[in-house]
Amino acid sequence: MIDIIIFLSLVAMGYFIGSIAERRHFRSLEKRETIELLQPIVTMEDVGYPADQIEFATLVSGSAVISIDYFKRLLASLRNIFGGTVKSYESLLDRARREALLRMRESAPDAGVIVNVRIETASIGRRANKKGVGCVEAIAYGTALKLRK
Amino acid sequence: MIVTNTETIPGKAITEHFGLVSGNTIRAKHIGRDIMASLKNIVGGELKGYTKLLQESRDQATARMIEQAKQLGANAIVNVRYSTSSITQGAAELYVYGTAVRVT
Repeated sequence: MIDIIIFLSLVAMGYFIGSIAERRHFRSLEKRETIELLQPIVTMEDVGYPADQIEFATLVSGSAVISIDYFKRLLASLRNIFGGTVKSYESLLDRARREALLRMRESAPDAGVIVNVRIETASIGRRANKKGVGCVEAIAYGTALKLRK
Repeated sequence: MIVTNTETIPGKAITEHFGLVSGNTIRAKHIGRDIMASLKNIVGGELKGYTKLLQESRDQATARMIEQAKQLGANAIVNVRYSTSSITQGAAELYVYGTAVRVT
């Protein structure tokens, strides 16, 4: 009986606190992504700037580790039975990648453009549907080009 | 030391190649962080301790790569890539590699 109560309260905590935190995070992501000061990012190497216009090039990176909440983990394990898209993990990965990209951009505020951006994802913890830490880590990196005025 | 992940450095010419240089770190989380992280796992959200750990190990791996390139006499590293792998439970590897070159 006590087990069930603990389980249900964990699920409820995960649902309420988790969804509030997620909404807040998405709002902050949206706000920070629309700041005009942020430089454009592209995945290709050359964006057509002449070489004499570029002052220097340097590697920049950003990372984020986002954890899943208890309720979503339950949803995902239910989804594992029936198959289909696991929406609860999609938003987790989306948050981690966007946060990593934003941190990368914020780490190079004076860059004109960031080229050749790559995103790497890994999980530190054990598998998310097993016991243990279910989290996703995203690393974004690219080359920041500082342009001459 | 100029480090980029593009194949060339804009405005510079590569005069000499020194081959692959790499750096790695294997990090484990200490138990305190593990406990905090498993608590955070109930409500979700960012694991700040892990983010910091990841950042530190990335810096360390990059520093090791730069050290190796310096010993070869290079002054730039191009085409840098990061890669991660988990070896055992509770430990993860961060690997960074690139090509050491001399530019003028």
